[in-house]
Amino acid sequence: MTSLLVIIVLVLLAIALWQLTKIFDLSQVGEYRNTTQVADDKDNNTQGYLMFGFLAFIYIFTIYGLIVWGPLVLHTPASVHGPLIDDLMNVTWVLIFIVQAVTQVLLHYFAFKYRGKQGNKALYFADNNKLEVIWSVIPAIVLAGLILFGLYAWTNIMFIEDEEDTVTIELYAQQFNWTARYAGNDNVLGKANVRYIEGINTLGVDVEDPYANDDVVSKELHIPKGKKVHFKMRSQDVLHSAYMPYFRAQMNCVPGMVTEFAFEPTYTTEEYRELPYMVAKVANINAIRAKKSAELVAKGETALDPYEFDFLLLCNKICGASHYNMQMKIIVDTPEDYAKWLKKQTTVTQEVKAEKLASQAPAEGVKTEANAKDTAVITPAKEVKVVMK
Amino acid sequence: MSAEGHGHDLEHDHEHEHHHKDTFITKYIFTIDHKMIAKQYLISGIVMGVIGVGLSMLFRMQLAWPEESFKVFSFFLGEKFAPNGVMTNDIYLALVTIHGTIMVFFVLTAALSGTFSNLLIPLQIGARDMASGILNMISYWLFFLSSVVMIASLFVEAGPASAGWTIYPPLSALPQAIPGSGMGMTLWLVSMAIFIASSLLGSLNYVVTVINLRTKGMSMTRLPLTIWAFFVTAIIGIISFPVLLSAALLLIMDRSFGTSFFLSDIYIAGEVLHNQGGSPVLFEHLFWFLGHPEVYIVLLPALGITSEVIATNSRKPIFGYRAMIMSILAIAFLSTIVWGHHMFISGMNPFLGSVFTFTTLLIAIPSAVKAFNYITTLWKGNLQLNPAMLFSIGLVSTFITGGLTGIILGDSTLDINVHDTYFVVAHFHLVMGISALYGMFAGIYHWYPKMFGRMLNKNLGYVHFWVTAICAYGVFFPMHFIGMAGLPRRYYTNTNFPLFDDLQNVNVLITTFALIGGAFQLVFLYNFFSSIFYGKKTVQNPWKSNTLEWTAPIEHIHGNWPGEIPEVHRWPYDYSKPGHDDDFVPQNVPMKKEEEVLHH
Repeated sequence: MTSLLVIIVLVLLAIALWQLTKIFDLSQVGEYRNTTQVADDKDNNTQGYLMFGFLAFIYIFTIYGLIVWGPLVLHTPASVHGPLIDDLMNVTWVLIFIVQAVTQVLLHYFAFKYRGKQGNKALYFADNNKLEVIWSVIPAIVLAGLILFGLYAWTNIMFIEDEEDTVTIELYAQQFNWTARYAGNDNVLGKANVRYIEGINTLGVDVEDPYANDDVVSKELHIPKGKKVHFKMRSQDVLHSAYMPYFRAQMNCVPGMVTEFAFEPTYTTEEYRELPYMVAKVANINAIRAKKSAELVAKGETALDPYEFDFLLLCNKICGASHYNMQMKIIVDTPEDYAKWLKKQTTVTQEVKAEKLASQAPAEGVKTEANAKDTAVITPAKEVKVVMK
Repeated sequence: MSAEGHGHDLEHDHEHEHHHKDTFITKYIFTIDHKMIAKQYLISGIVMGVIGVGLSMLFRMQLAWPEESFKVFSFFLGEKFAPNGVMTNDIYLALVTIHGTIMVFFVLTAALSGTFSNLLIPLQIGARDMASGILNMISYWLFFLSSVVMIASLFVEAGPASAGWTIYPPLSALPQAIPGSGMGMTLWLVSMAIFIASSLLGSLNYVVTVINLRTKGMSMTRLPLTIWAFFVTAIIGIISFPVLLSAALLLIMDRSFGTSFFLSDIYIAGEVLHNQGGSPVLFEHLFWFLGHPEVYIVLLPALGITSEVIATNSRKPIFGYRAMIMSILAIAFLSTIVWGHHMFISGMNPFLGSVFTFTTLLIAIPSAVKAFNYITTLWKGNLQLNPAMLFSIGLVSTFITGGLTGIILGDSTLDINVHDTYFVVAHFHLVMGISALYGMFAGIYHWYPKMFGRMLNKNLGYVHFWVTAICAYGVFFPMHFIGMAGLPRRYYTNTNFPLFDDLQNVNVLITTFALIGGAFQLVFLYNFFSSIFYGKKTVQNPWKSNTLEWTAPIEHIHGNWPGEIPEVHRWPYDYSKPGHDDDFVPQNVPMKKEEEVLHH
C-alpha cells in the first residue's frame, strides 16, 4: 500500500513538473518564444549562473564535510608502520585537494564566464604544444614522487624478514568467525590442514607434528605491545579478509594457501582508550546510543549496552550471509600481561587428548577403541601424503 | 553551399528515393539497420537501468534504516526475503550483486556502447551501415537473451547470485557457502557467457567497420573523437572479454564437474571437499584482467561523447585533438596492465604490488591530459549550455573528483587500509558510474533528434541535470568519509559494531540523496518516452554540428544517405574558424583555397 502511495506521489510529481514546464513555455507567448529546445541566450545565462552556483555547492559541501565528518575518519594509528601510511595518505590528500580546488574552479568558472551569447564568436584555438607538455610533465613528476614514496613504504611494510624477532600467530577464518593460534615457545606453528579437522580440533592442526605440541588456540586475539607480530592467515571455506583498521593492517585469507602480514602494536588497549580523541569519540557514540536506548525502552525493548572501545578484527571480503558480523576482539597487552595470559591457555594437543579421553571413557572393550583409533589416527595418516604432496 | 541548403537538397532527393517495403518484424524486431539496433539497445538499457537503480534504492534504505520494516520491501522482495517488510541478509547481498552486474555490464557496457557505437559509427564515418548487419542483429538479440536470463535469475527460489558482482570463488562456487550460489549463480554465469558472446560480436563489427568503411577523405586523423573512443573501446573489449569468458567456463567446471581450478583445501558444512591444488587468486587474476579494462570500456565511450558534445557546444575545436587520441590509446594500453591493483592484499607476492602501483599511477597522466584539454576547450568558447552540454561538464567534474581518489587506491600502501571499504565504493561510483552515466545522458540529449527526429524538452533536461548533479555529490562525497573511518562495504547492517554508530546519520543522509536522485530519474524517463511521440520536431542539424550524421536526412532510411555518401574534406572540429561566416564548417564542406589545414 505504502509503495503504491509512493508511486502515485512520484507520478503526480512528474505530472506537476510537466505542467510547470508547460506553464513556463506558455508564459513566454507574446514576448519572445523559443520552442526549438535548443539553448538560447536566456538559458545560457541562467545555466551559466547555476554552474557558478554549483561550484559554490561543491566548495561548501567539501568544507562542511571536512568539518562535520572529518573527525569520524580513522586517526592515530596503533602500529609502528601506521604513521608511515598516514603520512603518505596526508601528502596525497594535500595534492588531491589542490588539484581538485583548482580544476573545479576553472571548469565551472569557464562554464559561467564563457556562457554563450548570440553574436559572440569563440576563439579558434586547437593546439598548443607547450601547454600540453606542461600538463603531461607536471603530473608525471608529481606522480613519480608519490610512486617512490609509496614503493618505499610498501617495501617496508610488506616484506617480512625471517630473522626478525617476532611473535608468530595464525589467524584462522571460517564462516563466520575468527580463531587465533599461537605458535607457543618454539614460535613455529604446527602443520595444519582442513583434512585434520575433527571434533574440538576445528583448525585441523596435525597433533602428530612436534611443533604443534605447544600451539594454543583462542577466540580472543591477544597481542603484546612493542613486539612485532607475524600473522599467518588461513581460511577453511571461502575468501575472507582480516581487516584491523586501527593498525592499518589488512590481508585476505585464502583457502589453500597461507598469507602473511606483520605489524608491531604501539598502544595497549588501555592506553588507546585514554587517547583524548578516543575518549571524545566514545562519548559521542554513547550519547547516540543513549538516545537510541531511550527510544527502544519507550517501545518496550531492551536498552543498548554502553560502548567501550576495543580494537577489532573485521572480515572485509564478502564471505556469506553473516559477513556483516564476523569479528574478533583484539586485546593489546603489555608484554608481561601477554605472557601471563598465554601461560594460562591450554595447548591444542592437550585439548585434543582430553576430548579423546572423554569420548573413550564411556566406551568399553577393545573393538570400540580400535574404531576410535581408525578414525583418529589412521585416516589422517593416509591423508598426510596428500597434504605433504 | 551552406549546410542548410545542402540539407534541403538531401530532403529533396529523399522524395525520389526508392524504398523497399519493410514488415513490422524486419523493421522493428529482427532489424539489421544500425539505427534501429541502436534504439533497441538504448531502450533495453533503460529498462535494465531502471531495474539496476531500483535495486540500489532498496538496499540504500536498508543501510540507512537497518532492519526496519518497509512495505516496499515486502512488495518487491516478497515474504520470503522480507518477512514483515524487514529485508533479510541473504537478499541484501543478492541486491548488491545484481545491482553491480546490471549497471556495469548491461547498462554501462552494452547499452552505452551498443547504442552510440551502433548509431554513430556508420553515420559519423560515412558508411551505409555496419560491416555486418546480421552480426549486429545477432549481437543485440544475444544481449537481449542474456538480459532475460539475468532477470530470470531474480526469481530463482534460493535467490539470485549473491557473491558480489566480482563473483570470487569459493563463495560463488559452493552453494553450501551461500544460497545464491546455487541456481542463481548458474543463471548468472550462463547470462554472462551469452553477454560476452554478444559483446564480442558487437566489438568485432565496430572495429571492422571503422577500419574498412570510412568514406572518401575520412582518414583516421579526421575521425571524430567519439569514433576513436568507440573504436579503442571495442579493441579493449575484444582483448579482455574472452578472458572473463574463460574464467566463467572454468568456474562452471569447478561448480558442476568437480574440477579444482579455483578450489583447494576446503572444509565446509561439516565435510572436507575433494578439491586440491586450485587457487581463488587465479580467478581474481582472470577476473580483473577483464575487470579493469572494463572500467575503460565503460568510461571511454562516455569521454568520446563528451569530447564531441563539449566541442560542438563550445563552438570551439576540441583542444589538443592528437593529444586526445594519444591519451585514449595510452589509457587503453595501460588499462590492460594494471589489473593487479585490485589485488594488492589478495595474498599475491608483494613484489607484484609494487609493479602494479607503478603502472596504475601512470594512468593518471593521460587522464590529467584529458581533463585539462576539456577545460581548455571551454576557455574562450561561446558555450551553448544545452542539457547535453551540462551533462558533459558534469562528467568532467565527477571524472576529476572520482579520478583523483584513484591515486589513493592505486597506491598499494594506501590501499591496505581503504581496500574494500566505502571509500572504494565512493571512488568507482563517481569515476565510472556517475561519469559514464553522465556521458550516456549527454549522448541521449545530444543525439535524441538523430534517433527519434524529435527534441527532448530542455527544461525537463535542466531539472534532470541539476537534481542529479547535486544528488550524485550528495551520495558519493560523504561516502569517502565513512570509508576513511574504516567501514567495510557489503555489510548488511553496521549495528553489530557500536564503533560505527557515529556513522549512521551519514548513511541516512546518503540514502536521502539517493532516493531523491533516483526519483528524479523519472523526469528523464517521462521526457524520453513522451518526446518520442510528442516532442518538438527537430531540424536537420539542431546543434549546428560538423559531423556527418547531421548531413543525413531526419527520417531514417536504409543506407543513411539518399544519394551519394558525403565526401570528407576536413577534420570535425572546425568551429568558429576564422574566414568562415558560420561558426561551424561541416566535414563535407570543401576546403577554401589556401585555407589552413590542421589535420589530414
